[in-house]
Amino acid sequence: MATAATATGTATAQKLHWWQTLKGREALAGYIGISPWLLGFLMWGVGPMLLSAYYSLTEYSILSDPVFRGLDNFERMFTRDKLFAQALRVTGVYAIVTVPLGVIVGYGLALLLNQKARGLSYWRTGFYLPAVVPGVATAYLFAYVFANEYGLADSVLQTIGIEDPPNWFGSTKWALPSLMVLSLWGAGGGLILYLASLQGVPTALYDAAKVDGANAWGQFWNVTIPMTSPVILFTFIMGIINSFQVFTSAFIITSGGPVNSTLFYVLYLYRKGWQQLEMGYAAGLAWILFIIIFALTILVLRTSARFVHYEGE
Amino acid sequence: MQLSTVFDLNSHQVSRIFWRTVLYCVLALGLATFLLPMVWLVSGSLKPDGQVFTIPPTFIPRPVLWENYPTALNKFPFWVSLKNTMTIVIGVLVGRVLTASLVAYSFARLRFPGRNAMFVIVLSTMMIPYHVVLIPQYLIFRDLGWLDTPLPIIVPNWFGGGAFFIFMMRQFFLSLNSEIDEAARIDGCGFFGTFWRVILPQSLPAVGALSIFTFMGEWNDFFAPLIYLNTEEKMTLAVAIRTWQFDTNLTYQAATWPELMVMSTILTIPPVLVFFFLQRYFIQGVVVTGVKG
Repeated sequence: MATAATATGTATAQKLHWWQTLKGREALAGYIGISPWLLGFLMWGVGPMLLSAYYSLTEYSILSDPVFRGLDNFERMFTRDKLFAQALRVTGVYAIVTVPLGVIVGYGLALLLNQKARGLSYWRTGFYLPAVVPGVATAYLFAYVFANEYGLADSVLQTIGIEDPPNWFGSTKWALPSLMVLSLWGAGGGLILYLASLQGVPTALYDAAKVDGANAWGQFWNVTIPMTSPVILFTFIMGIINSFQVFTSAFIITSGGPVNSTLFYVLYLYRKGWQQLEMGYAAGLAWILFIIIFALTILVLRTSARFVHYEGE
Repeated sequence: MQLSTVFDLNSHQVSRIFWRTVLYCVLALGLATFLLPMVWLVSGSLKPDGQVFTIPPTFIPRPVLWENYPTALNKFPFWVSLKNTMTIVIGVLVGRVLTASLVAYSFARLRFPGRNAMFVIVLSTMMIPYHVVLIPQYLIFRDLGWLDTPLPIIVPNWFGGGAFFIFMMRQFFLSLNSEIDEAARIDGCGFFGTFWRVILPQSLPAVGALSIFTFMGEWNDFFAPLIYLNTEEKMTLAVAIRTWQFDTNLTYQAATWPELMVMSTILTIPPVLVFFFLQRYFIQGVVVTGVKG
């Protein structure tokens, strides 16, 4: 104890090192505190991203060392690879249809439940339920619902007199729409957020709108939508990001078929990397995916700036 | 005679009752549509193999084959896969609770140069798709000899546990009253002592939400286990089911439709139960990260 006191005494007498001051000690603790993240960011984030960028410029069959090929992979993607174009088309169409529809269905449900429906928490639980079902189980379930001829969908159609119903996942025309139905089944996933934001709209705003003579539609359009627009934007962006990473359902049900009609982007990436062992090409595909998601997110954020209302601006 | 006079209601009340009825009908119809596939799943798991497909569809199997469950559980190495799944869930969970909350505490409460800039970097990493880092990570883990072990899935989560969870915990810590931990500091509690003895014990709701998200995420995950786990003895339930679908080696036969439905039902039960009973934490977690973000 005595030595410690003396040591502190001499330290105060001389000039303190930065880590001995109160501020310095706090900063040091801060750096130690975030060090797990910082290490992880370098080891599992920055490092792999740089490596991945390098691999995308190589031919790398995983079994032998990567060979530098410049922009060959990208040239092949954009000029010769028909499946790359197909994967972009499939994923793009899927995103354009399911993201807005998912937002509309989820938001619509939230609006209905927000009409002071009794037993709100029970309704909410029920509609949210499909969103917690594991992707693998959902895939098998829908493979069973849309099974050819004898699945739930087809047997209902035949019972009500429609002969020759489609072979859903077995037809190039219906396979992608069937996967869209599967995706919309989870549309209740946005419900919790929408309800929370609807309940957060101050009632004073509705009262003011009524005083100004706004009817129900006017209130909805001028109060509800603007006040909940940040959450709509958030779920919209998350929807885009997620739909570009669809994998499980297509992998299990269709494996991309028939005739590549459900060849989702990540499914193609998996095929290239882990089935055909073209790791360099797969790394290139991953970077293009990153650029697409990044660009779309920026685009949505930019264009939405005019529509989205943020409190306190 | 009009209904309104029978029940002695004015026109406002009549229109109100009318719209309420419409509302509940729409909600009930919607809910039935959403839940129908789940009923179909459970009903399919209780049917005899030959009765899975019939026209018109039968929702109530005859006879109800409860023995489909024990049969399927015995036919496939279910318990091994369950153990593998829980190993990953717990391994990820412990690492994430410890490191995400420590990192989040430092961002929320400690002042150091570059703090805000670094937090912006944390947030921006949320936009990086997993697939960009996947290939190099896969090759690193291969060189470490970690393929076909749970380590590639667990270990990265011991480094902050992912940007989303750091963000979530930080949001929660910022909502805590800082007077209590300032008092602890004045009483001579160090920075990490304050974190461990004062902040964490107050944070059970946030830790609860984090645990639920982690359980659901790892239990449901398909892509990472598919990439990293190759032999049946190491697989998690989600990927094992897919293997059983085609398994035609000497030990087992490929799964039948009712067996696939049994496995899918079993896979679905834990997340649904967790959601039912821990809904409060779950909803809080979703709202904190979504609305305030």
